[in-house]
Amino acid sequence: MTTNILEVSGLKTYYKTRLKEKVFAVDGVDFVLEEGKTLGIAGESGCGKSTLALSLMGFYFPPLHYGSGSIQIHGRDIMKLSKEQLRTQISGREIAYIPQAAMNALNPTLRIIRFIEDIMKEHRPELTKKQVWDMAVERFETLNLSPKVLRSYPNELSGGMKQRTVIAISTILNPKVLIADEPTSALDVTSQKAVIKLMKDLLDKQFIRSLVFITHELPLLYHVTDDIMVMYAGEIVERGTAEQMIFDPLHPYTKKLMGSIIVPEEGMKGHKLAAIPGTPPNLKHVPAGCRFAERCSYAQDQCRENNVAVKEVDGRQYRCHFDTGTLKEWYANEQS
Amino acid sequence: MSSRDLLIRGRGITKVFGYGAAKTTAVDTVDFDFHKGEIISIVGESGSGKTTLAKIIMGLLKESGGSIDYKGQPRVLRRHADRKKYWKDIQAIFQDPFSSFNLFQRVEKLLLSCIRLQGLKLTKEEQFNKMKEACSFVNLKFEELYNKYPFELSGGQMQRLMIARIFMLHPKVLIADEPTSMVDACSRSTILDMLLKLRDENEMTIIFITHDVGLAYYVSDTIYIMEKGQIVERGPAEDIILNPQQAYTRQLISDVPKIHTAWDLG
Amino acid sequence: MKNSFNILIKSPKFMLGAGIFIVMLALVLIFPMINRKDPLEMIALAFQPPSSQLWLGSDNFGRDLFLELMYGIQTSIRVGLIAGVFATAIGLIIGLASGYIGGIVDNLLTSITNIFIVIPSFIILILISVSINSRSSLVTAIIIGITSWPWTARAVRAQTSSLRNRDHVHIAKISGHSTPRIIVFEILPYIASYVVMAFVLQTASGILSEASISMLGLGPYNTISLGIIMNWALVFEAPVAGAWWAFIPAALSIALITFSLYMMNTGMDEIFNPKIRS
Repeated sequence: MTTNILEVSGLKTYYKTRLKEKVFAVDGVDFVLEEGKTLGIAGESGCGKSTLALSLMGFYFPPLHYGSGSIQIHGRDIMKLSKEQLRTQISGREIAYIPQAAMNALNPTLRIIRFIEDIMKEHRPELTKKQVWDMAVERFETLNLSPKVLRSYPNELSGGMKQRTVIAISTILNPKVLIADEPTSALDVTSQKAVIKLMKDLLDKQFIRSLVFITHELPLLYHVTDDIMVMYAGEIVERGTAEQMIFDPLHPYTKKLMGSIIVPEEGMKGHKLAAIPGTPPNLKHVPAGCRFAERCSYAQDQCRENNVAVKEVDGRQYRCHFDTGTLKEWYANEQS
Repeated sequence: MSSRDLLIRGRGITKVFGYGAAKTTAVDTVDFDFHKGEIISIVGESGSGKTTLAKIIMGLLKESGGSIDYKGQPRVLRRHADRKKYWKDIQAIFQDPFSSFNLFQRVEKLLLSCIRLQGLKLTKEEQFNKMKEACSFVNLKFEELYNKYPFELSGGQMQRLMIARIFMLHPKVLIADEPTSMVDACSRSTILDMLLKLRDENEMTIIFITHDVGLAYYVSDTIYIMEKGQIVERGPAEDIILNPQQAYTRQLISDVPKIHTAWDLG
Repeated sequence: MKNSFNILIKSPKFMLGAGIFIVMLALVLIFPMINRKDPLEMIALAFQPPSSQLWLGSDNFGRDLFLELMYGIQTSIRVGLIAGVFATAIGLIIGLASGYIGGIVDNLLTSITNIFIVIPSFIILILISVSINSRSSLVTAIIIGITSWPWTARAVRAQTSSLRNRDHVHIAKISGHSTPRIIVFEILPYIASYVVMAFVLQTASGILSEASISMLGLGPYNTISLGIIMNWALVFEAPVAGAWWAFIPAALSIALITFSLYMMNTGMDEIFNPKIRS
C-alpha cells in the first residue's frame, strides 16, 4: 500500500503586475506524488514550471500570490497553516526547495558549517556545536562529499561542488520531499553527473523519500525520475512514466518537445529535429480552448473553441481533444 | 571535407595570460584547418580555453604564439584597415542574447547598420525589403519588431534576430559561441536549423564553440575536443562520437545522459 | 533616453530637488534685472536689521544684503556648475581611457587616480589658491574642478572595463566600427545616467568647496559669492554684533542649493540604479 506524500489539487497562483493585473502562472494544477517516487517537470521557459516549484513551498512573496487550491503533505493541507507554522514545521523538515542558481545565493563571508549550524539552531536547538559538527561530518561522508568542505567558504568551491553542498545542506533535516529547480543547468556535464548521483544517493539512503525535479533537459529526466509531467502555459498537459513520455508521447506538445532532444548517439545525425513555431501564449490573455492550439500542427476548429478536459488512459493523463488512437495514427503518418 | 578549399589554418596557436607566477596558458599549441562550407565544433568544458581560441580566430585577442593563415595568406591584423578587411568576412553569434544587443538601439537601427556595413546604397524601400526578408528568414515579423527595443523581445527572438543579422551580412565565416545554451530545447532546434540553412545557401563556414557533445554531433562535419587548452582529439563527427579514441573524449560522451543507452553514474 | 526622462518626471524626490533648484535659479537671474542697483553700493548704515526697505538688512558696509545674496547665489551656482563640468569631463575622459584601453594605460591612469584620491583635495585647493595671485571666479571653479575628478574617473573606469567585455561591444568591433564610435554608441549610453548623476554631485560639492575656501578668504576677488558674504560677516564680526542676517541667509542658501542637488541625485539614483529599479 503506497501513501501519497504530496497531493496538489486545483492549485492556482498568480503574479500581480504593476498595473494590478493577475497573471496566472500556475493555473489549476492537480497532481499526486507517491512516497518513494520521483517526478520530473518539463516545459519551455515561461510555462510556469519554476513558479509551480516555488508555490509548492507554501510561501508566497509579492509579486507571487496564492489564488486557490490545496497542497497536502501526508494529508496535511499546508495552505491552512500560518507562516510561522510553515517555517518551523514544514520548510526544511517536510519539503526542501532548491531554487535556480541556489549555489550563488550562499553568503560568501560564512563557512559552510555556519549554514548548517543556523538550520540546527532553528530546528534542533538542543544540539551542541560539537554534535552539529559530528552530524554534518557524518552526513557529508555518507554522501561522498569531503568533510573539508564544511570548513571552506563558498567561493573556494567549484560550481558543481557548491551545488552539491547546497543540496546536502538543504536536506540535512531529512525532508520528505526535495524540490530541485534546474539544479544542473549552469554546470558542466561532469558536475551535472555528480549532482545527479548525489540526489540518487539521498534517495537510496532514504534521507529524502521523494524528489520533484524541474528541468528542460529531457534526457536527464529520463534517467532520474519515474514519472514526467509536461507543463504548458500554466497547465499540466501530460503525465506518464518517463519511458512512455520519451518514446510514446500523446500530447502534440510533448511530441514536439521529445522531438527536439539532442543526444550524442547513433542515428542522431541527419535526424530531423522538431521545432515549434511561435512562442508560448502571453499568460495575461490566455487563448480560449486548448492553450497549445495556435502552435499545434494538428489543431482544428474545436481546439480553438472548446476548453479541454484532462483525459485518463491506462494510468496516463493528457489534455487534448483527440483520443489516443487518432493521435497515434497522425504521428505514424508523419513518420512515414 | 578536406577536398574543399582551406579557409583558415592555424599552427601552434598559444595564448598566455598574465606574467610571472600568475601565468596561465589558456590555449596551448593548437592546430586547426577550417574549410569552406565546413561546420566545425570545438567542444570542451568551461575553462578548456575554447572561448579564448574563438576570440583569437575572431581577431579580438592577439595570440601569444603560432600563426594563422587566412585564404592561404598569413593573417595580418596590425592596422585598423587590415582588421576591418578581415572582419568583413568573419561574424559571430554569442551565448547571451541579452548582452549581444545594445539596449539603446532599436531593432531597426541594428539591421540598418548591417546594410551600411556592406557599403550598400539603397533606397528606403529597398532597405525595408531587405530587412523584411532577413526577418522572415528567421520567422520574425519585421513590421512588428522594427520599433522595439531589445529588452522587449524574448531570448529566443533576440537570438534569431542575431541570425537575421548574419543573414544580411553573409560572412564567409561564422563563429557561434554557445549560441543555444541560454534558450530552451524548442528554440534550439529552430536556431540550429536556421544556421544549417545559412550554410547551405551561402557556403558559409560555421565554427560552433560548445560544451554540448550532442549538439556538436548533430550539427558538425568535424569535431575538435579541447581539454585544458589543448586539442586532444579531432576528426569527422561520426568517428569522434561513435568511436572515440581518447579517454577524455570517452569520458565526456559518457557523462551526457542519453535516451537509448544506460547512463552509468559510476 | 526620452523614456528615462519620462520616468524621472514621476519621481517625487527628483521633482522636489529640481523644483527648488529652478525656482532659486529663476529668482537670482530675474531679481537683478528688476532691481538694477549695484550690490556693492553702500546705501545704509552698518548692520541694519531687516526691514521693508532692506529685506535682509545691511552688512558692515551698509550694503543691501538681499541684493548681495542674489548675486552671491548666482556666482556660487556658476562656480559649482563650471567645477562640475570640469570634474566630470576629466573624470569621464580618464575613466573611459583607462577602462577601455586597459593594460599599461589602465595601470598608469589608475595609479594617478589613486594618488589624487589619497591626497586631500581641500589642501591642494588651499595651496593652489594661495599661490595664484589673480583669482577670478572662473579660476577658482577650474581649480575646484581639477581637484575633484578622481571619484568620477574611478567609477567610470569600473563600468567601462566591464562593458568592454560585453558581447555587443565585440560585435561592434568585428563590424569594423572605429574605437571612438564604439565608445560613443556602445559604452557612453550605458554610463550616461551615471555620468549625469556624478555631474550633479560634483556641482553640489563644487558649491560647498567654493564656500569653504571663500570663507577662509582664499576665494575669488572682485565678485560676490555665498562664501564671500560669510567671509565678510566673519571678518567684520557680524556674530558679535548680533547681526544674524549677515550670515544665516547665506548659510541657508548654500544648504538649500546643495540639498536640492542631492535630492535630484537621489531621485535619479532610484530610477537609474537597476538594483533599486527592479
